[in-house]
Amino acid sequence: MKNSHKWLWGLGIALAIAAVAIVVVWSGSLMVLDPKGPVAEIQKNLIWISVILCAVIIVPVLGIFAFIIVRYRDKPDNKAPYEPNWSHSTKLEAIWWGIPIVIVVLLGYFTVRDTYKLVKPPAETAHVAPVTIQVTSMDWKWLFQYPDQDIATINYINIPENTPIQFVLTSSAAMNSFWIPQLGGQTYAMPGMAMRMWLQADETGEYFGSGANFTGTDFAKMNFTVKSMSQDDFNDWVSKSQQETAKLDNAAYNKLSVKGTADIQTFGSMDPNLFNSIVIKNGGHHHPANGLDIRGAYPVKDGSNESSGSEPDAANQTSGLSQPEMNH
Amino acid sequence: MQQHIVSPEVHEHHTQEQESLKTAGFWLFLVSDTLLFGTLFATYVVLVGHTNGGPSGKELFEIPGFVASTFLLLTSSFTSGLAVLQMQAKKLSGMIFWLIMTLLLGAAFLYLEVTEFVNLVHEGANIGTSAFLSAFFTLVGTHGIHVTVGIFWCIGLIFQLRKHGITTVTKRKISNFSLYWHFLDVIWIFLFSVVYLMGVM
Amino acid sequence: MLDSIKDFAADFFVTGDPLIYGADVSIALVSIAIVFVLTYFKKWKWLWREWLTTVDHKKIGIMYLIASLLMLFRGGVDALLMRTQLALPNVEFLQADHYNAIFTTHGTIMILFMAMPMMFALFNMVVPLQIGARDVAFPFLNALSFWLFLMGAMLLNVSFVIGGSPDAGWLSYPPLSELSGSPGVGQDFYIWGIQISGIGSLATGINFIVTILKMRAPGMKLMKMPLFSWSVLSACITILFAFPILTITLALLFLDRYFGAHFFTLDGGGMSMMYVNLIWMWGHPEVYIVVLPAFGIFSEIVATFSKKTIFGYKSMVFAMMVISVLSFFTWVHHFFTMGSSADVNSFFAITTMAIAIPTGVKVFNWLFTMFRGRISFQSPMLWTMGFIPCFLVGGATGVMLAVAPADFQYHNSYFLIAHFHQVLIGGVVFGYLAGIYYWWPKLFGFKLDEKRGRWAFWTWNIGFYVCFFPQYFLGLDGMTRRVYTYGWDRGWAALNFTSTIGAFMMGIGFLFQVWQIAYSVRKGERATGDAWGGNGRTLEWSIPSPPPVYNFAVVPQVKHADDWFHVKEDKAKGIERPKQQLEPIHMPKNSAIPFVMASFFFLVGFGFTFHWTWMIIVGALGVFGSLFARSFSYDVDYYIPVDEVIETERKLGRSY
Repeated sequence: MKNSHKWLWGLGIALAIAAVAIVVVWSGSLMVLDPKGPVAEIQKNLIWISVILCAVIIVPVLGIFAFIIVRYRDKPDNKAPYEPNWSHSTKLEAIWWGIPIVIVVLLGYFTVRDTYKLVKPPAETAHVAPVTIQVTSMDWKWLFQYPDQDIATINYINIPENTPIQFVLTSSAAMNSFWIPQLGGQTYAMPGMAMRMWLQADETGEYFGSGANFTGTDFAKMNFTVKSMSQDDFNDWVSKSQQETAKLDNAAYNKLSVKGTADIQTFGSMDPNLFNSIVIKNGGHHHPANGLDIRGAYPVKDGSNESSGSEPDAANQTSGLSQPEMNH
Repeated sequence: MQQHIVSPEVHEHHTQEQESLKTAGFWLFLVSDTLLFGTLFATYVVLVGHTNGGPSGKELFEIPGFVASTFLLLTSSFTSGLAVLQMQAKKLSGMIFWLIMTLLLGAAFLYLEVTEFVNLVHEGANIGTSAFLSAFFTLVGTHGIHVTVGIFWCIGLIFQLRKHGITTVTKRKISNFSLYWHFLDVIWIFLFSVVYLMGVM
Repeated sequence: MLDSIKDFAADFFVTGDPLIYGADVSIALVSIAIVFVLTYFKKWKWLWREWLTTVDHKKIGIMYLIASLLMLFRGGVDALLMRTQLALPNVEFLQADHYNAIFTTHGTIMILFMAMPMMFALFNMVVPLQIGARDVAFPFLNALSFWLFLMGAMLLNVSFVIGGSPDAGWLSYPPLSELSGSPGVGQDFYIWGIQISGIGSLATGINFIVTILKMRAPGMKLMKMPLFSWSVLSACITILFAFPILTITLALLFLDRYFGAHFFTLDGGGMSMMYVNLIWMWGHPEVYIVVLPAFGIFSEIVATFSKKTIFGYKSMVFAMMVISVLSFFTWVHHFFTMGSSADVNSFFAITTMAIAIPTGVKVFNWLFTMFRGRISFQSPMLWTMGFIPCFLVGGATGVMLAVAPADFQYHNSYFLIAHFHQVLIGGVVFGYLAGIYYWWPKLFGFKLDEKRGRWAFWTWNIGFYVCFFPQYFLGLDGMTRRVYTYGWDRGWAALNFTSTIGAFMMGIGFLFQVWQIAYSVRKGERATGDAWGGNGRTLEWSIPSPPPVYNFAVVPQVKHADDWFHVKEDKAKGIERPKQQLEPIHMPKNSAIPFVMASFFFLVGFGFTFHWTWMIIVGALGVFGSLFARSFSYDVDYYIPVDEVIETERKLGRSY
């Protein structure tokens, strides 16, 4: 190969590396890659692990690809070897059945590890009593209920920092998906179902949330803000909100059920049975023990802490929600 | 036209080739139909408990009815087998006789099914009552539609037999029909066990 | 009276949107123009005899091809409308409902009415020629499949001027797609359009399995069969197992909507989750159905244009079969976020990653086919080279999506959109285009112009990356799919604008291709039988381009894989295969029944959509009447005498 070619190759590779580096650094500012809580943090790490493991295959293969199409071009003076009937090599084929298998095993290990990790509430704050928020996806607004604080909001939530938040999700109409990228990945909000999901914010700040599964006309308007604040600020906000005269009862809920978008709103009190009735009305089931049959993640302190299997269940005590069935 | 160009033997050879392809294709069709019923069975099993406060199978299914249906359909499967035996013995009239028996039994089966459906609807258990009943009517009804199609198919084939006699082509058609009929029988046995027996248990 | 007609028309036709009025006018004008041209040139009879009633797989293939290119245009226009709407924040180009209808039809059309027929076009154009057969196993059924597809496609397409398009997403999850969420007729058009064409797809699957298993030329053992035919076999087996599930799923949704059943409704004990499971039990295999033939195409092209035997033939066959089986065990990865247990999610995460293994092996085998070969870059190879890096990256992001906990962050975001467009455009569309370029001269007798083809290739390719790479990052920045607008405060404007530029570049690439075809029809280079510089390896290159109606004057006796290559090699050494005796050729007769029967199916679908019972009855009677008419016709074949074969071959420059 001529020297000028080598020089061009070098330049190309250097430029490619520089471009990748710039993209990697810049992408750190994207929501999913800029996590503000332990769940999103685990997911971000997993994303980078999978990027690296994939790159281990992709980059060399792209290199081989570039090399082959340059070297084996059909031109009269090409001196590269030509073996038109060479079509089998057990050794080579074993290698390229083997390499992807190794990568998949590795990636599979990390995947399974974190899949199990994420159905449990964050381990770091296991001692902190969680805040429960019941989420209902409506046409086309989000209804949030704080059963323990006896308040409800539309299209915004405030949460205390460093506290596990137990979301219980459902929908009153089409299926939706509840997503706050900087705090963690999404879970479906489905009619007739109650789904548990754990998130937590490690610092104060304002985060973007949205519905991720198409729900009809004004789906694009189903965004909400999540404000993470200190425990004191949160307490202040709760007591201030409790002063609001608006009450979330059946009449208010029926008004909300009319199709259309909504502005943010706060209710100073709420009907404690409303959430369960929304789930049951759309085909949900009472759990034999008491309350709702909730799917998805474990309730707090279940499984993550081996010694506490028999301890009273904080989440269940505070909000009257029962154990989920883990095997469906 | 064909006679000018090729000898009857050659034409017969081509016909046999064509017919063997069609039999192979029909087997594949039955595979896809099995998948179709499999999906319906899966749906039924998932929804069987979703009675929405309405009646369940235990309250609705009547044992003499579905036992009689089963008896009729199994017998018709047997008679369709007899028709094929007659065909292999090249006895056209015996064959047509057993085919007519088959479709009469099939029609009787259908009569029972329609009566059952009508009774259910009169009792207020229709397709819109609950997810369970939606699945029930759809699964059993799909089988019923298959039987109906089979009956019309059989009638058509009897006319063709009278016109053309037992030829390579009509032979293949009757064999496929018989295959189809046995297949519906097998599906019914699953229906009988999964829907009716497990329903009344 | 007049008022009631007015009311009816206001209900029946879509009104109120200038874009739609424009479309109404252009549809009317195009229809008038077609009728005029056909009448003026006295082509009605020709149309009827040569096309509408044909059972010739080559003509059916060409009709599939034309239809799929039209659908590509329609789906592409949808895409450009969407990208225009999203180019900048708060654009008021499309209303929310209009946007929702457009992304729904875009997805439905691109998968079911573009990718599927383009795939069937290639099946029909190539498979019988490649295995040394004179037609498919069931030529009549083949024609019926085509007309069912076309009628289904028409049913979906009329929805946007009559009654209103579906707007619940391309897989239309209930309860949104139930009467409670979508009371209009759009959803019924969707169900019946897909249902009618779906019957055709299933029939095609059965047809080609039998064709490939039973009609190969003598001596062509399965392990000597060209890889494209293998890929068709694996895709058809997948069709056979997957499509019945789709049929049932849509039928249940129909029962919910039409008869008030409660399979997936909110009330009555319905379970919408079950629909999501069922539709993906079809939907995921469907993705592999469309991509497997593309793999077959690349295998043929890479070998031909590297002048080298395909590397690892057995691995390739094995890999395709593994993919076909595994594709049925990955469906849950479309809804990891549904709250299944960690066991379930882990299982499906692993199976999904596992499917990357055989796929990766195929890429290695293609690379090592080129290694120590002599590569020339004509259009088919160019698209194959565009495919490899694109599919590698798309495959890698697919593996990333399989990582269940990470998927919670990608799901339903633009990351997902970018991924599946990368595998579907980079894999399927590039593959089919490569195949069309490759076999075009065989079917039409002339080559497509290389220069314009290159322009098309580069605009398509660069446009692709400009369009879809930004979308990965949009997804990571929290942009979800199916939003018709977004605010300036999100900071998504620059990436979206870039993406829109890319989309329009691909549109220009498509226009180049239209120009390329128009140009080549007049000025294209005549193609010989062995059209690609005499480097063809498989049987289709041994016969004239375009092939005579009976394809092979004598059925070839096959000795090797890549038999035609060996015939040429032997000939160079002076070894000739013995000449075979010509015999009268057995052929199927044309029939009008497929076209008529499919038209009645259209009536059934249209009747169900608008709840017009009389039309359903007319349609159903027509369908059954057609079935009986076919069952009672015994005069369905004819023979081409030897003299006529000799004469035809002589005109094509071949002597016997």
